[in-house]
Amino acid sequence: MSNKESTSRTLMVALAVSLVSSIFVAGAAVSLKPLQTENRLLDKQRSIASIAGMGGRELSAAQVRQLFGTSIQARLVNLETGEFSDQFDAETFDPLKAAKDPQMSARLSKGEDLASIKRRERFTTVYVIEDADGGIETLVLPIRGYGLWSTLHGFLAVKGDLNTVVGLGFHTHAETPGLGGEVDNPRWRGQWVGKRLFDDSGALTVQVVKGTVDPQSVMADYQVDGLAGATLTSNGVNNLLHFWLGEQGFGPFLAKLRSKEA
Amino acid sequence: MAKLTPKEVLLNPLFNNNPIALQMLGICSALAVTTNLNTALVMSIALTLVCGFSSLFVSLIRSQIPSSIRMIVQVVIIASLVIVVDQTLKAFAYSLSKQLSVFVGLIITNCIVMGRAEGFAMQNPPVLSFLDGIGNGLGYSAVLISVGVVRELFGAGKLFGVSILPLVTEGGWYQPNGLLLLPPSAFFLIGFLIWGLREWKRGQVEKTQFKMAPQITKEAF
Repeated sequence: MSNKESTSRTLMVALAVSLVSSIFVAGAAVSLKPLQTENRLLDKQRSIASIAGMGGRELSAAQVRQLFGTSIQARLVNLETGEFSDQFDAETFDPLKAAKDPQMSARLSKGEDLASIKRRERFTTVYVIEDADGGIETLVLPIRGYGLWSTLHGFLAVKGDLNTVVGLGFHTHAETPGLGGEVDNPRWRGQWVGKRLFDDSGALTVQVVKGTVDPQSVMADYQVDGLAGATLTSNGVNNLLHFWLGEQGFGPFLAKLRSKEA
Repeated sequence: MAKLTPKEVLLNPLFNNNPIALQMLGICSALAVTTNLNTALVMSIALTLVCGFSSLFVSLIRSQIPSSIRMIVQVVIIASLVIVVDQTLKAFAYSLSKQLSVFVGLIITNCIVMGRAEGFAMQNPPVLSFLDGIGNGLGYSAVLISVGVVRELFGAGKLFGVSILPLVTEGGWYQPNGLLLLPPSAFFLIGFLIWGLREWKRGQVEKTQFKMAPQITKEAF
C-alpha cells in the first residue's frame, strides 16, 4: 500500500476526482439540454413579441406559442436578391449556423463589415405581422453586431411604412452590466419607439449620439441617446444598425418591399 | 478542539460567525446581486446548496486527498457543483439565470465555499461538514436578503417585483433613492449591518492592530 502523499497516489486521486466530476457535469448538461433549448427559443420569441409591441414579460409560454402560430409569421428572405424565398423552412432555418457555413454565407470585406460580424448569411429569417388587408403591419428584422465584449443579438421592429421604429432590443449579449448592459434598460429601449430610420430623401439617418439628444434639433426624430459610460457599446449598436439597414443587410429587401408598395 | 454540536455548526454562522459580517468573505457577489430580492434569493439558495454539498463531498474523501493537490481537488468539486446549479437554473428559471449572468459561475471563486471546504470540511466528518456548509450559506443568505430587502424596497419601491411603495413616476408618492440600486449602496448597507451586529455582540469587535502615528511634518499644500 503506497502512502497517501506518493506521486502515483496523487495522480490517481486527481484522475478519479476529475472522472467522477466530469460524468456528473456531463450528465447534468446532457439531460437538461432539451429544456434549455426550449427556454432559449421561448425567450427569443418572447423578445420578438415584446419588440413588436405585442406584450412583454407577462406573456405566458402558451401565449407566446399561440402568437407565433397565428399572427407572427416567420418568413425566409434572400438577402442578396432582397426577395422572400421558400428555399428553406423559415421555422427551422438557423441564420447563425448559415453565417458560419461557407456555402451559405459571404465573407465581408473590411470596408463593408460595419458590424464586425465577418461573414453574412445569404438567407435569414424575418418576422411579419400582417394587417387586416394582408399588408405588412409590423416587420421584425434580426440584427447583430459587435459591441465592446460581445456580439449583440437582437431585433428591430418597424412599422409597415418601413421607416418608423416599433421597438429595438437585444436578447443575447455579454456587455458590462450597468454600463453597456443598459441596452436592456426599458427606458433606453423606450426611446427607440417612434424614431425614424430614413429621412425624406430615403437616406439612412438614424443615429445613436454621444450624450443626450437635443429635443429642439430637427434631427431629434432620428437620434437616440448614447449609453452613459458605454461609448463602445453605443457605437456598436449604431454600426450594426447601419450595417443591417444598409446595402449589405436588408437594404435590397426593404427597397423591394417599398417599390411593391408604391 | 472543543466538541462541536450539529446545532452550533448550523446556527453559529448566522450571527456569531457570519461569513460576510465577521469573516469578510463573499462581499463582491453581495454587492452585485442584491438590487432585487428575486436574484438575491436565488443566489442565496444556489450558494447555500453549493457550499453544503461541496463541504459534504470534500469531507467524504478528505482522508484520501493528498495534501499537495487538496486545493485543486476542492475547486474541481466546487466547480462541478456550480456548473450543475447553473445548468439547472438555465433549464428551470431561464430569466433569473439571465439576470444573474456571470454571478452563478462566480460562486466557484466565492471565498466562503472554498474557505469552508479548506477550513472545516478537511478536518471534520461529512454530516457536520454538510451542516457547516449549509450554515455558512445561510449566514451569507441572511446578509444578502436583508440588503436585498432594503435596496429593492427603498431603491425601486418594490419587493419581489411587486409594488409596495407607489413611485412618483407611476402616480404614487414615493421618490425612490436611485443610489440604492447602484453597487456602492450595498457597501454602506453591509457596513451598517456589521456596525449593528458588533454593537449587539461586542465580542466581534476586533482589537486595534496598530495606532496611527501623529503627523509631525507640516507640508505646504
